[in-house]
Amino acid sequence: MSLFEYSPAPESRTVVDIAESYDLFIGGQMVEPQDGTRFKTISPSTEEVLAEVAEAGERDVDAAVQAARVAYTRVWSRTSGRERGKYLFRIARLVQERARELAVLETLDNGKPIRETRDVDIPLVAAHFFYHAGWADKLGYAGLGANPRPLGVAAQIIPWNFPLLMLAWKVAPALAAGNTVVLKPAETTPLTALAFAEICQQADLPAGVVNIVTGAGETGRLLVEHPDVDKIAFTGSTEVGRLIAASVAGTAKKATLELGGKAANIVFDDAPIDQAVEGIVRGVFFNQGHVCCAGTRLLVQESVVDDVIDSLKNRLGTLRLGDPMDKNTDIGAINSAVQLRRIQQMSEVGEAEGATRWSPACTLPERGFWFAPTVFTDVAQTHRIAREEIFGPVLSVLTFRTPDEALAKANNTPYGLSAGVWTEKGSRILWMAQHLRAGVVWANTFNHFDPTSPFGGYKESGYGREGGRHGLAAYLVADETEVSA
Amino acid sequence: MARELIRKTYKLYIGGALSRSESGRSYAVVDADGGFVAHAAQASRKDVRDAVVAARAGFHRWSGATAYNRGQVLYRVAEMMEGRREQFVAEVARSEGLTRRQATAVVDASVDRWVWYAGWTDKLAQVHGNANPVAGPFFNFSLPEPTGVVGVVAPGESSLLGLVSVVAPVLATGCSAVVLASQSRPLPAVTLAEVLATSDVPAGAVNVLTGSVAETGPPLAGHADINALDLTGVDDASLAVELERAAAQTLTRVRRPDAGEDISATPGLSRMLGVLEVKTVWHPVGT
Repeated sequence: MSLFEYSPAPESRTVVDIAESYDLFIGGQMVEPQDGTRFKTISPSTEEVLAEVAEAGERDVDAAVQAARVAYTRVWSRTSGRERGKYLFRIARLVQERARELAVLETLDNGKPIRETRDVDIPLVAAHFFYHAGWADKLGYAGLGANPRPLGVAAQIIPWNFPLLMLAWKVAPALAAGNTVVLKPAETTPLTALAFAEICQQADLPAGVVNIVTGAGETGRLLVEHPDVDKIAFTGSTEVGRLIAASVAGTAKKATLELGGKAANIVFDDAPIDQAVEGIVRGVFFNQGHVCCAGTRLLVQESVVDDVIDSLKNRLGTLRLGDPMDKNTDIGAINSAVQLRRIQQMSEVGEAEGATRWSPACTLPERGFWFAPTVFTDVAQTHRIAREEIFGPVLSVLTFRTPDEALAKANNTPYGLSAGVWTEKGSRILWMAQHLRAGVVWANTFNHFDPTSPFGGYKESGYGREGGRHGLAAYLVADETEVSA
Repeated sequence: MARELIRKTYKLYIGGALSRSESGRSYAVVDADGGFVAHAAQASRKDVRDAVVAARAGFHRWSGATAYNRGQVLYRVAEMMEGRREQFVAEVARSEGLTRRQATAVVDASVDRWVWYAGWTDKLAQVHGNANPVAGPFFNFSLPEPTGVVGVVAPGESSLLGLVSVVAPVLATGCSAVVLASQSRPLPAVTLAEVLATSDVPAGAVNVLTGSVAETGPPLAGHADINALDLTGVDDASLAVELERAAAQTLTRVRRPDAGEDISATPGLSRMLGVLEVKTVWHPVGT
């Protein structure tokens, strides 16, 4: 029972038209998989089968890479930046025009609340294409020399937590920089990528500039190891990131990797507690905690820990978990049965290791994959729930006394993707921001994203940046022609 | 009666101290004609580990210095090298089989390279950082930061200019380095270490090991506490692959060897950019 009752406010799904079965998008056409197999994609909130999609095998991946190579050599590398930009602007507009449909489709396939897909994911997708469209004819101003060159064919593998947004993060800069791509969406969330294939057709994007192959890990491996790929861009687990980094050893392939995280969100005693609590909630319960940069380690100054925990528990009691298609829903479904099991197991480990577990009173729907927002207190740095990425709505609370201690604990992780700091003291914000070893630092805010703002990790959270001027470097060879001295 | 010269003992440089290998080993270094020149210390796996520990401590000191200060220290290295010019010319000539005139050109270019990088320390953040106009009420900026400890395999042939070309950019960013010097031509590297030791470079910011790259490369590449690895000097392709794979286990940033690279050419920014991270900071704007 929630604190407030609301009448149901479901978004209509009539705006989407899901086919029974989807082929692969290769060379501008939807083509049947040569290797034949198909798998089902389900709605994680209902376990309803949404569609069947092709599982690309070796010949399919090869065909996609060949299509991308031909398109690169014959068309895209000869298309001026100005013209490339026009295609990207056109794609941005098409995304805006189809925004509601894409939001609904994403929510059905992923399980995240419609409020997030409608207000965050899809608007950011359009923004990413719009931003990068403008770069296409201005690459000489990106700080990579007067005439930076594209890399060629980019293999792009994206996760299931922000399916279409991750596609945009990968495809927009690659195309702006003059590369062609073969993209593999995650096996549990292929549908918006397949809708994007149609958008490419509607935009009259030259055939083969974007190719989309659906499949699971094996398809990804085939793509990464294909000899005619020049660049690999991967977002996903650190474990797979290591395999990719090892597999490109000795090749000429470039790789950028956006991997896991275990971000500290640090609350000092002078922070405005109510705002900080909003930031904590946004930091770890946004998108069911399926966020690599989630603020999963809450570090609270000892003198205010009781106030912060009390406020946090109150606030969590107001979150609405349930039908992701309902416009009032805050917390949707866990993306898959596999991920749910992982979250359950890690939470059991947390209890077994001695941390105190708490969740608000919360009824979980009977069908689908669900996990209540969970807070662990009495957590030690040695606990697995304080060290390992859970990728779910699970928060571990630790305490500190001094800024030095906060910093030492925050940096005590092999990851380094993001961090949060809450304090009213400006000099302390800047000091913390300077010393936190993380690629993104949110001060008095958390989990904001923007196409102009570079995103990416330190240490084992990967390398390379996505977004902003710095993100372009992932898809260009710098022009190191000597500057006259 | 002629006076006999006092010969120098060539040592490792770890944590600001010139020391022999903990293994007690050394190897004979010969000149371009095959004649014996001196013994160099043969670093062990343990020396590599000690050097990484020293480099981590050195990183905190060096990256904590102001950019202005780092620039002055790098310029000081150039000053100290200039003072030892004759010694470097003699060592480079003998190591690389160059004429005195050729060796002088190499030493001059090496000194000038330090000066070039000295000037970069306080400009990198301006050239490689910027504000980001995000669509919302936030102040947002991105700045480059040193990635941490960098393992460097220095070029095998270009014993001084090649070495300076790979070490100076790492230092200019604020990173610290563990350098595996040219295996067959290590003596200019040891002399450079002596210069660094007297140039206000903090202890541990640079560590120089001589010996077998096949022996010291793997423990360096696989060390979990290095953040980046520059394989420029690895000539053996299979060793390069092995080292890159070892580095992959901790997502260490890797710069692969490039056979086409002319190390004597005027450098661009890529060596510095390769050991920088970009950090983006957000803060709300409001009343």
